[in-house]
Amino acid sequence: MNKRLSWFNVTSLTLGFAFLYLPMLILIIYSFNASKLVTVWAGFSTRWYVELFHDQPFLDAAWVTLKVAVSSSTLATILGTMAAIVMVRMGRFRGRTLFSGMIYAPLVMPDVITGLSLLLLFIAIGLDRGVFTIMLAHTTFSMCYVSVVVSSRLMTFDHSLEEAALDLGASPFESFRLVTLPIILPAVVSGWLLAFTLSLDDLVIASFTTGPSATTLPMKIFSAVRLGVSPEINALSTLMISVVAIGVISASLISKRAIIRQRREEQEGGRA
Amino acid sequence: MNLRRFILIAVPYLWLVALFLVPFLIVVKISFSSAAISMPPYTPTFSLTQGWAGIENFFSQLSVDNFVFLTQDDLYWKAYLSSLQIAAISTVLTLIVAYPMAYGMARAPDEWRPTLLMLVILPFWTSFLIRVYSWMGIISDQGLLNQFLMWLGIIAEPLHIMNTSKAVYLGIVYTYLPFMILPIYAALEKMDDSLGEAAVDLGASRLSSFWLVTVPMSRPGVIAGCFLVFIPAIGEYVIPQLLGGSNTLMIGKVLWTEFFSNADWPLASSVAVVLLLILIIPIMLFQRNQQKNEEAGR
Repeated sequence: MNKRLSWFNVTSLTLGFAFLYLPMLILIIYSFNASKLVTVWAGFSTRWYVELFHDQPFLDAAWVTLKVAVSSSTLATILGTMAAIVMVRMGRFRGRTLFSGMIYAPLVMPDVITGLSLLLLFIAIGLDRGVFTIMLAHTTFSMCYVSVVVSSRLMTFDHSLEEAALDLGASPFESFRLVTLPIILPAVVSGWLLAFTLSLDDLVIASFTTGPSATTLPMKIFSAVRLGVSPEINALSTLMISVVAIGVISASLISKRAIIRQRREEQEGGRA
Repeated sequence: MNLRRFILIAVPYLWLVALFLVPFLIVVKISFSSAAISMPPYTPTFSLTQGWAGIENFFSQLSVDNFVFLTQDDLYWKAYLSSLQIAAISTVLTLIVAYPMAYGMARAPDEWRPTLLMLVILPFWTSFLIRVYSWMGIISDQGLLNQFLMWLGIIAEPLHIMNTSKAVYLGIVYTYLPFMILPIYAALEKMDDSLGEAAVDLGASRLSSFWLVTVPMSRPGVIAGCFLVFIPAIGEYVIPQLLGGSNTLMIGKVLWTEFFSNADWPLASSVAVVLLLILIIPIMLFQRNQQKNEEAGR
């Protein structure tokens, strides 16, 4: 096969990835800048990291964000997986069209509308706004993403495996636990990760649904950067970017190794 | 219908009804209410304690005043139009940046592709807010880009990019780029290379083979990518707020101000309802395009 990259391909890839990564690289470099003036380089320093770890409001906000993200993504994974099974396996039932509409609509709904509508609901039923209401809001939109990820996996695997388990005397729950769950597990895990990052990332919906008692990290960052660039935010961003980069790269290495192992086993199986 | 099946359906169903459908109906209802100085700041409020008379009274007080107001005040329709315009221009710009990248990725050697794919997806997992913020230090008047260009001697005066619509285009292109690259790459990757070679063998130039074979094959990906950028860009709030300054008018920002600064909940709700009505058209077109692709794929 004739697959040679032309100079045009190489140039567009180089420029494209430079465009994607240079701003973040600059952010990381300037987080080690000694000067408070973020556009003037004044030597290497880690003082902004030290200040960040002594900034109590920031640490509080980070803790709130983590609590919301862990609880909402776990709940969203359970609800989203249930919704995916309903969509793919339950066949027809009354109200199915409405159900699939409610799964897909939040994916394209602008954040400002989702946030506004949930806030109006919480006020109408007199719920105190804070960590709990942000968690409810995040669960609702993340479960739709989880259900899309899981249902695409459910659609590709053979339904007869579950039926075989049922025929062999497994209860529906056992068949789910022993057959279905192991097969869809990678999708469930990536659904959880997606829900977790969506929750970490959300500014608009959290701003609408929170009360005076809870501030999340994105809200804190947003109010700080509205006034302009700040070195402390650069330090925080660097930490967040590194966590994500390490997570994504190690996840892809693990899955790559799993594929290699699988191939080797297949080859050995073929020989035997 | 057995109990297990019932519970499996009912739990996610009721959750979505309670936290998606009902809130949305509340928005529609409040959009027909009037602002009032009370808590909650609108009338009428719904109460069943007054019986039938209360319900009748409730409906008689609903009005379309907010929607009439939206058409009368220049601010709102200008904001809707400028949101559509900014979203459309940014979508075209994103396509121009994304297509060569997706094409390069699809032609790269097989063993490079997973890495290139990961490099495209990685920014998507990092905070949206941080990615928008990262441009603030670069494009401001004393920013690195201006320092660099003035040092090179290309410009004598700093370029004003920050707080203009150019900054918003840049922000949208930057943050939504993966959404455009991935569907185009998916379409190009499936393409059989021998088609292009056949065209060249039959006497087409490389350019016309690209134009007549590759581009039409990638059309489904291009259309999907354009919708994936255009639809969310219309309701964008963070990018115009951080990069666009007070000069850029976008409807997400108007809704936010109406709600948080002016505390006019009914008007904010009617802004939201009209925004949704505008979004329904591209969303339906997108859905139809996806269905058509799925059927073609089978």
